[in-house]
Amino acid sequence: MKRRTLLATAALGLGLAMGGSAFAQGMEKVKACFVYVGPIGDGGWTFQHHQGALDVQKAFGDKVELQWQENVPEGADAERVLTQMALGGCNIIFTTSFGYMDATNAVAAKFPDVKFEHATGFKRDHANVSTYNARFYEGRAVQGTIAGRMTKSNKIGYIGSFPIPEVIMGINSYYLHAKKVNPDVQLSVVWAFTWFDPAKEADAAKALIDQGVDVIASHTDSTAPLAEAAKTEGKVIGFGQASDMAEYKDGPRVSSIIDNWGPYYVERVGALLDGSYAQKDTWAGIAGGEVLIGEITAAVPAEVKAEAEALRDAIAAGTYHPFTGPIKKQDGSDWLAEGATAPDGDLLGMMFYVEGVVGDIPQ
Amino acid sequence: MIRLEKRASPSRFWLYATPVVAVLLTMVVGGVLFALMGKNPVEVIRTIFWDPLFGEFAFYLRGQLLVKAGPLILIAIGLALGFRAGIWNIGAEGQYIMGAICGAAVGLAVFPTENRMIYPVMVIAGAFGGWAWAMIPALLKTRFNTNEILVSLMLVYVAETILAKAATGFLKNPEGMGFPGSRNFSSYPAAANPELIAGSGLHWGGVAALVTAGLAWVLLTRHIAGYQIRLAGQAPRAARFHGVSPGRLVVLCMGLSGALAGLAGLFEVTGPAGQISIDFNTGYGFTAIIVAFLGRLNPLGIVLAGFLMALTYVGGEMAATNLGLPDAAIQVFQGMLLFFLLAVDVLTNYRFRRSAGALGAK
Repeated sequence: MKRRTLLATAALGLGLAMGGSAFAQGMEKVKACFVYVGPIGDGGWTFQHHQGALDVQKAFGDKVELQWQENVPEGADAERVLTQMALGGCNIIFTTSFGYMDATNAVAAKFPDVKFEHATGFKRDHANVSTYNARFYEGRAVQGTIAGRMTKSNKIGYIGSFPIPEVIMGINSYYLHAKKVNPDVQLSVVWAFTWFDPAKEADAAKALIDQGVDVIASHTDSTAPLAEAAKTEGKVIGFGQASDMAEYKDGPRVSSIIDNWGPYYVERVGALLDGSYAQKDTWAGIAGGEVLIGEITAAVPAEVKAEAEALRDAIAAGTYHPFTGPIKKQDGSDWLAEGATAPDGDLLGMMFYVEGVVGDIPQ
Repeated sequence: MIRLEKRASPSRFWLYATPVVAVLLTMVVGGVLFALMGKNPVEVIRTIFWDPLFGEFAFYLRGQLLVKAGPLILIAIGLALGFRAGIWNIGAEGQYIMGAICGAAVGLAVFPTENRMIYPVMVIAGAFGGWAWAMIPALLKTRFNTNEILVSLMLVYVAETILAKAATGFLKNPEGMGFPGSRNFSSYPAAANPELIAGSGLHWGGVAALVTAGLAWVLLTRHIAGYQIRLAGQAPRAARFHGVSPGRLVVLCMGLSGALAGLAGLFEVTGPAGQISIDFNTGYGFTAIIVAFLGRLNPLGIVLAGFLMALTYVGGEMAATNLGLPDAAIQVFQGMLLFFLLAVDVLTNYRFRRSAGALGAK
């Protein structure tokens, strides 16, 4: 929490510095509203967005009024909640799930004076809609390095949520970096077809463990895969997903990817307050502080930890891109030439595995 | 001590008083819950039950009540027909999904053709999808005597998996950059189900719900099939002597409720939801079970119950957003409604009696 506050304060300083040179008219007070797809208590995706919302409150105090709604189903219900919020005087509304994309754009058309911020989508049909996302695949590179070094069976696993580019680029990044440090590594992917369903996630983890997998990464929101790994008495390790999941530190969790939305939320609300707000599409990663790597525990040997942290720092410094050629696609055709890095467009539409991954992407 | 005694015949007074008493008890106990959470109970209850109808934003929210109540009523009427005959279709959620997928698939298959016949064909396909999905538990019951409660419930999870496949695979928007979700029907006029009167919230689904309620009332009170349904529920043996075939009744009731749930799904996917997405279904099929019982399995009662349920949703959302209540508290509040309904319902068939019997000795 301390670290987040620090980042938030830093971002606030930045926001104020930039605001000083802007001529646009600011606002006295901003009502910032958040729409959540799950319960705040999910310990993962929604929990982290709410932490970001609280960072906004901390940064601006009584200049900001927060409002939020949990468990908003995607579709017609989202449209109603958004309309209620806009009618109720929200100045900026953050819709924190991909499935809110059409609803966000539909309501934005009716309320041109309200700013809409949609997470992980690509539609910006109106001038008051911005989109934001995080480069989670950068964190997957660090996890892959740890996985490749730590596996004893040379079998590593990945619990996929849905076969969409976001998830597939995570799988590819994880595999490429495991393979880099351990050429014998084999990857198994299990599709859960859910974002949050502890029972299904546990089943997926079980299926991987039965195949002899001893390092599991997951792209779903609950702690169930870690709970399943914990039952193997140290034979299987895993990673915290979306949130640090620190309660499994003494058990299977050796590191984590933490979604840190605070800096972005503080920046956007700050921009609205000081008048520098403009429509944009943001895709920040480790460098921007949106993706944090959770503490690598003592279960990982010191030299592996150092290697993983060096990779993290190189990504943060911009000296290394997780998708750097030569990389071939699964079917053997060329994707990236020697030294070339992946264009963002390729990543955002990524519907193929890289060479070496076994199995097909479900269609 | 006080004990329960079975009434000779169900009390007509309590049959109709039960829902009212249950709502009042829910308000009182819910109010206590909200007070314990540090909120002003009067303000919360007013936000849930009053503001959507007469508050500042009622002009918008009244229409939303209709949007929310429409599918609940349509599904609940179908379920009620079966429940009256003792046929327990618990899987309306799955039939709702399959109706939406079948109907949407027809529309998407002919995209972007503009023809006035497209939407009616989609409606038929939607009803067919729900009907076919309900026929699985119906035929398994009539052929192999399986339990329709379990089979229809399990098929919900199968339908959800097919939905995920549809959204990420065979119905995926080819212009969606690989992201899940079908094309949005709002930008395809021939297949869209828009508001019929701007701001009213009324779309073809709402019209269908109200018309179906009327037809179901006529069926139950004026038609031989309705008589057979009621007889089978009240006296199965007598019904058999009367020449009512239990198998045919299962096929009829499951088919009707499945088709109506499928219709609800089709109207929703082409209207308010707009597209097939991974999380398209939001529990209408399950909530409709509560609505059916809250409405006393009576078509006209179900219309009232559908609006009441919609009110707790729309008002509950307002309370959650504006008053900072956690969503779980709203869900507990809605759960209380069913709990009190079932609890008070005991009074329809039983009455309290004082007794000096052995029970009191302890």
